[in-house]
Amino acid sequence: MTKVTMTVNGKTVSGEVKGNTLLTEFLREDLRLTGTHVGCDTSQCGACVVHVNGEAVKSCTMFAAEADGAEVKTVEGMANADGSLSVIQQAFQDYHGLQCGFCTPGMVMSAAALLKDNPKPTEAEVRDYLEGNICRCTGYHNIVRAIMAASGQDVPAVAAE
Amino acid sequence: MYSFDIQRPTTIADAVAALSTDEALPLGGGQTLIPTLKQRLSAPSVLVSLGTIAEIKGVCTGDDGAVCIGGGTTHATVAREASSYPALADLAGHIGDPAVRNRGTIGGSLANNDPSACYPSAALASGATIVTNTRSIAADDYFQGMFATALNEGEIITEVRFPVPEKAAYMKFEQPASRFALVGVFVAKYADGVRVAVTGASENGVFRWTEAEAALSSNFSADAVPAAPSGDGMISDLHGSGAYRAHLVAVMTKRAVAAAR
Ligand SMILES: Cc1cc2nc3c(=O)[nH]c(=O)nc-3n(C[C@H](O)[C@H](O)[C@H](O)COP(=O)(O)OP(=O)(O)OC[C@H]3O[C@@H](n4cnc5c(N)ncnc54)[C@H](O)[C@@H]3O)c2cc1C
Ligand code: FES
Ligand code: FES
Repeated sequence: MTKVTMTVNGKTVSGEVKGNTLLTEFLREDLRLTGTHVGCDTSQCGACVVHVNGEAVKSCTMFAAEADGAEVKTVEGMANADGSLSVIQQAFQDYHGLQCGFCTPGMVMSAAALLKDNPKPTEAEVRDYLEGNICRCTGYHNIVRAIMAASGQDVPAVAAE
Repeated sequence: MYSFDIQRPTTIADAVAALSTDEALPLGGGQTLIPTLKQRLSAPSVLVSLGTIAEIKGVCTGDDGAVCIGGGTTHATVAREASSYPALADLAGHIGDPAVRNRGTIGGSLANNDPSACYPSAALASGATIVTNTRSIAADDYFQGMFATALNEGEIITEVRFPVPEKAAYMKFEQPASRFALVGVFVAKYADGVRVAVTGASENGVFRWTEAEAALSSNFSADAVPAAPSGDGMISDLHGSGAYRAHLVAVMTKRAVAAAR
């Protein structure tokens, strides 16, 4: 076991991990931050995306020991300080960007990483960026609309509303 | 996964020392190795993470104008910073997805030498030099068949040097589920000739299509690309037959020549 210390959603946390403890396991099982989902555990689906030192990574494909000393942000850290939803999260609600919600934590974290680098993406850029985030429910259209809306751009009216 | 320890050295020397123990393996970005460990296809006793070694990260320009990329440099960094070699930056920017590109490294990709990986075609078509902690290896000597390379156990790729061509392009026909190359062709035109490297197609891994090189060296145009090579020895699987892949080799070569800049 090795001791790891990292900042998760602004709080310093420590724990004992094995070499083969994945970052997802540390977040979900040790810290009980179960917002980060495990959809595939084979690096394909993106449900487990979190930010490590500001970059989107698949937390099922990184060891907890590698995050020692890092800044980690999970979907639990996305809400505003007063507990209200962040702009991206609110847009997912407003534009029906989720159905079962399983992919949503990863979608929100990928969207946040995209908008940080590219505040006004085109629809094609949004779709391209979400290449590693799989959703089995929505067909993606409303996810893309939500992210376009969160970036402050006009989006077509949503049929489902 | 079987159990193992992780070490995080901060210098090449410490990493090499840590790798000298039996059954130690280097850990790059883990984007190939971690899935492999999960399937219990590999059972190291120690993983030596290269992620904390600053001296093998980054992109710079060598005295001879070559683009030099540290072995621990992520695909995302290459996509952003290898701007003097646009075809290479473009290749790096289309590997997998953004999260994979934020972790996966050039050293890991070349060490693994997956028959469908992108970087091997760039290294071979560019006549790149693979630099390790002990020696420099020419790309022509480095790739030795599917998942096989000239690397010895415990040897670390510290840098890869790419001579910058006059024109180049990489064209990947994506396998849509994995985003690896069903067939990918990298064409690079240098003052002394054209090099064409093909990934995803052959059962022997990345290879140079010498017929196309000869034809394109005398006439660099899509019309000069020869007829498709034979499908013998090409990968046949549920995604495509050997003959289909052979056909794609010619198509993607034409597209790469047309796109080269
Ligand atoms: C969803 C997904 C999609 C992908 N799509 C593509 C794609 O389109 N094209 C493509 O080319 N690849 C693709 N990949 C693979 C990806 O590019 C990996 O990053 C790469 O193959 C391995 O690099 P790594 O740094 O993650 O290496 P690791 O997984 O850490 O290591 C791979 C092997 O290399 C060894 N190694 C690592 N670094 C070094 C070094 N510096 N020196 C010596 N040995 C080393 C390790 O011991 C191990 O045997 C994809 C991966 C995933 C998960
Ligand atoms: S759970 Fe990590 S990519 Fe699917
Ligand atoms: S909302 Fe169900 S998987 Fe995306």
